Order: sequence, then structure tokens, then C-alpha cells
Amino acid sequence: MTEVARRNDLRARIALNLRAMVGRAYPRVIGANREPSWIIFEAFLPLLGIAAYVFIYQALGERALANATDPAKVAEIQANTNALIASVVLGGTMVAFWLNVLWSMASQLYWEKEIGNLQLYMMAPMSRMALLGGMALGGMFMTSVRAVSTLAAGVLVFGVVYRIVDPLTLLAVFFVTLIALYGMGMMFASLYLLWGREAWHLSALMEEPIFFASGFYFPIGGLTRVPVWGSAVAIAGSFIPAGLGLDAMRQLALGPTAFGGQMWLFSVDVELAILLVLAVVFLVLARYALAYLEVLAKREGKLTSRHQ
Amino acid sequence: MSTYWRTFKVAAWLGWEMDSNWTEPWLFVLYSILKPVAGAFILVLMYVVFATIGNTEDPSMFAYMYVGNAFFIFVASTLFGTFQVIQSDREWYQTIRYVYISPISYYVYILGRAASKVAVATFAVVVTLAFGIAFLGVEMGLSLADVPVLVAAFVLGIAVLLAIGICLGGISFLTAKHVHGLAEGIPGLFYVFCGVLFPLSALPEWGRSVGQAIPLTYWFDLTRRILVPGTSIDRTLNAYDDLTILLLLFASSLVFFALSVIIFRIGEYVARKAGKIDMTTSY
Repeated sequence: MTEVARRNDLRARIALNLRAMVGRAYPRVIGANREPSWIIFEAFLPLLGIAAYVFIYQALGERALANATDPAKVAEIQANTNALIASVVLGGTMVAFWLNVLWSMASQLYWEKEIGNLQLYMMAPMSRMALLGGMALGGMFMTSVRAVSTLAAGVLVFGVVYRIVDPLTLLAVFFVTLIALYGMGMMFASLYLLWGREAWHLSALMEEPIFFASGFYFPIGGLTRVPVWGSAVAIAGSFIPAGLGLDAMRQLALGPTAFGGQMWLFSVDVELAILLVLAVVFLVLARYALAYLEVLAKREGKLTSRHQ
Repeated sequence: MSTYWRTFKVAAWLGWEMDSNWTEPWLFVLYSILKPVAGAFILVLMYVVFATIGNTEDPSMFAYMYVGNAFFIFVASTLFGTFQVIQSDREWYQTIRYVYISPISYYVYILGRAASKVAVATFAVVVTLAFGIAFLGVEMGLSLADVPVLVAAFVLGIAVLLAIGICLGGISFLTAKHVHGLAEGIPGLFYVFCGVLFPLSALPEWGRSVGQAIPLTYWFDLTRRILVPGTSIDRTLNAYDDLTILLLLFASSLVFFALSVIIFRIGEYVARKAGKIDMTTSY
């Protein structure tokens, strides 16, 4: 093949995969908006669950304030309560992305197989990674609506105060966390094809236990305060990028001295570095898992078999 | 009546098979325990973090939260078990047309399908409560004389939940694939307004009024009165005695049953008219 032909071929493949990404992101970005009821279900209703956790900290704070008379102690309780509520709100935004990764990334290929679309994807000439990338981009966009509404509710309804001193690092941590999370979702997508029906239950099982181990509603460093098993759970939870990402974002949004600086797992720099490694590892593993599972599913004739 | 009973039995068996036959029994038991216990642990850690940074302990509040959260497992499971039936049969298994045209009551079929979720939830609640008493020092007590009231409150609470679930099922005849949003959002509504995790007094005035209009608030309050007697938490329902609350729950269950029949029939009628009974909305 000549140099010009090779360049044209590469350009054609890039264009094809970009079109595939846009095509797969389209139903999530545009198609879903044709059914505006999703905003109520995906953006408004989930806020209520987060509000419940906010009210727990408010109730605990009010009861602690009732017994406090020293002005310094009162100020400390108020500051801690605000920081905990802010932690819940930040955790609530990450819950949205984690649920999207579980139900709209990890489970999606299995779901596509169930409804008969998977064989169409497999026959199409684009890379399957482009397909998953499009899903991820569309999912991130859809989920951002919920995440932004959660953040806005935190500030406007619950009066949360953030002290952001380094917005660029905050944005970097946020996007690296998302890339690592969706990379993990892409990896799970092919594994779920292998696990079949158990995938559905696995997704359900990765809700509350992960909310707990990754500290979605409390600073993850709190786990290290639990003797014997707490630190082990915190380290296990850190393999889910949301846990480390949240810890770093909380440090950047509340200041490293929040909670007396005693609830953080690692420094922001260390967490960002780990997240970068996780992002690369998950994307590479996703690429290999997808290729392997595709071959395996074709060999065993399970690519189109439903309800297994 | 025998047709209704047969429908209920077969649907309950079907629901149980669908819930449990995907794996080995030990894994299913683990799965049934792990989710609710992890949910309880979130609260435990929230309390630990608050107590650690503020150097303040509040065992009454912890017991209040823990028991409320344990019984909330019924809310999430029963509601989801009820309203997901239509969408899972329609969108996932695509069997709704066959079940729907069979000579049974679809309403009773849904109740049957939800029964297995109630059974699994009961197991999870017992495990969560036992775990709290054994390992977390949650202060609970139950006198023998209170058992009939607890059982009556439980039956009425589940009846209200089933009726609310059927109401949502009626609506889901007409909506797209929103089961997860509903599963997360509707229980969230009760999580906030029914005094599950914090006393109603933590809510603004309008929120308290909303909470007092929902029968589940009374169920949670009565259950906690029996299981956590002598708590120092302000429950805001002190004006009602146990019997009054039971009567309120009984009246609510009748009202919600009537509502569920009406909403279900309207949803069904409109879905049939619009040709939406067996629609699929995958995006």
C-alpha cells in the first residue's frame, strides 16, 4: 500500500469511528430529549434521596448545637455540618455518574444483546471502542444535567458554601475521574456480556456497597477511623475511581483544613496521579476485554442468545 | 376468588424464580444481605464521621436512624417490586402481551410478582436489625404485649406500599423506560418526608405538613415507638396514641387501595387506547 493510500485509509477509519461515536451519542443527547419526562425521573426525583442525607447531617448538627454554649464550639459545629452537607452534595453528583456507568455503560452491551441490537453493532465496520466511547460521551452529557441540578440544589436550597482556590486542578480531577470511571464502565461492558443474567444483579449489587466503600456520602477518610477493617475497605473502595476523585474534589472544594484535615485519604497530587494511572489501565483493559469477549462470544455462539 | 388466589400464587412463584434462579442459593443469600447491610453502614459511617470530628456522640439519634433505615428496605423493595413488573414484562422480557390477554386479573398478577420482593425484604430487615443489635450496639427492645400492634402495623404498612406501587404501575403503562429513575426517586420522596432517618422537625414547616399527610410516616413512627421505646428524639407525632395511628393506617390503606384501582384502570385504559400496552422504548 502506498503512503498516500495508507494516509487516506487512516483518515477514513478515523472519520468512520468519529461518526460512530457521534451516532451512538446521538440517541442519548438528542433522542432522550424528545421524551422530556426523563428530566423529572433523572434530575429531579434523585435529588430527594440526596436531600435525605443532607437532612441527617442537619439533624445531627442541630442536636449537637442544642448542647453547645461556647461560641467557638458553635462555630465549629456549624462549619463541620456545612462541610459534611457539601460532601453529600458532591457525592450526590458522583452518584449520578456512577449509576450511569453501571446501568448505561456496563449493562448496555448486555441490554443491546437482549433487545437484538448487538449483532448489528458487531456487523458494522467501526471499532467497538468507538461505539462505547459514543455511549460514554452521551451518558456523560445526560448525567451532567442531573449532576448540575444536584450541585445547584446544594448551593441554592441547602446553602452549601464552597471555598474553591484552585479551579483548574478541580476541573482536571473531575475530568480524569470521569475518564477513569467510564473506562471502567467500558471494561465492565464486555465482562457483562460474559456474565449474562448475573450482570443485572451485579449492577444492583454495586450500588449501596460501593456508595459505602467509596465514601459517596461521607469523607472516605472516615473509614480509616474504624478499627480492624475500616482501612481495608477504604483501600478497596479506592479502586473505584469515584472514591479517590471525590476525596480530591472535596479537598479542593472545601479546603484541605476542612474536618480539621483529618478525614482525607491522600493528598490531591497523589490522588490525581493514581486516577491518571487508573484511567489508562481501565481504557487499555477495556480494549483487550472487548476484543477477547467478542471472539469468545462468537466462538461459543452466544452473541445473539437472549435471557442467559 | 379461587382464580385470584391461583393467579397470586403462580405470579408469586414466577417472581421468586425470576429473582433467585439466576444464581446459586448461597450467592443469592449473600446478595440479599450485602445490599441492605451496606446501606445501613453508610449511615453508621455518617454517624461515625460526625461523632469523630465533633467529639459528640448521640446514641438516641443513631438508633432512630438505624431502625428507620432498616424498615425503609420494605419501602424500596415493595415499591420497586410492584411498579417494575409492567416495564420489565413490556421492555425487558416483552411478554406483557401474552400475560395481559390471559384470563387473569393483571392487578392481582402484579401483587403476586411483588410478593417475593416482600419476602426477601423481610429477611433483609431481620438481618439488618440483628446486625445492629449484635455488632453496633443499637439500643432496641420489644415487649411481648406490643407484638400484635407491630404485626398489625406491618401488615397495614405493606398494604399501603403495595397500593402506592400499583398506582405507580398504572402510570408506568404510559411512560418510557424510567424504572431506575422511579426506583430511586419515589422512595427518595418517602425517605425525605416520612421521618425515616431524621425527625420531621428537621424539615421546614411545609415539609412537615407533607410528611404528616403520608401514611408511611405513621407506620415508621409506630414501629419505632415499639422497637426503640424511651428515645429522646422529638417525633412530632406525640399527640397520637398507638391505636389512633393504627386506625389512621387502616383508613389510609383503604383509601390507597381505592386510588390504586382507579389509577391502574385509567392508565390501562389510556395505554390500550394509545396502543402503548406493549411498546418498547430503548435508548
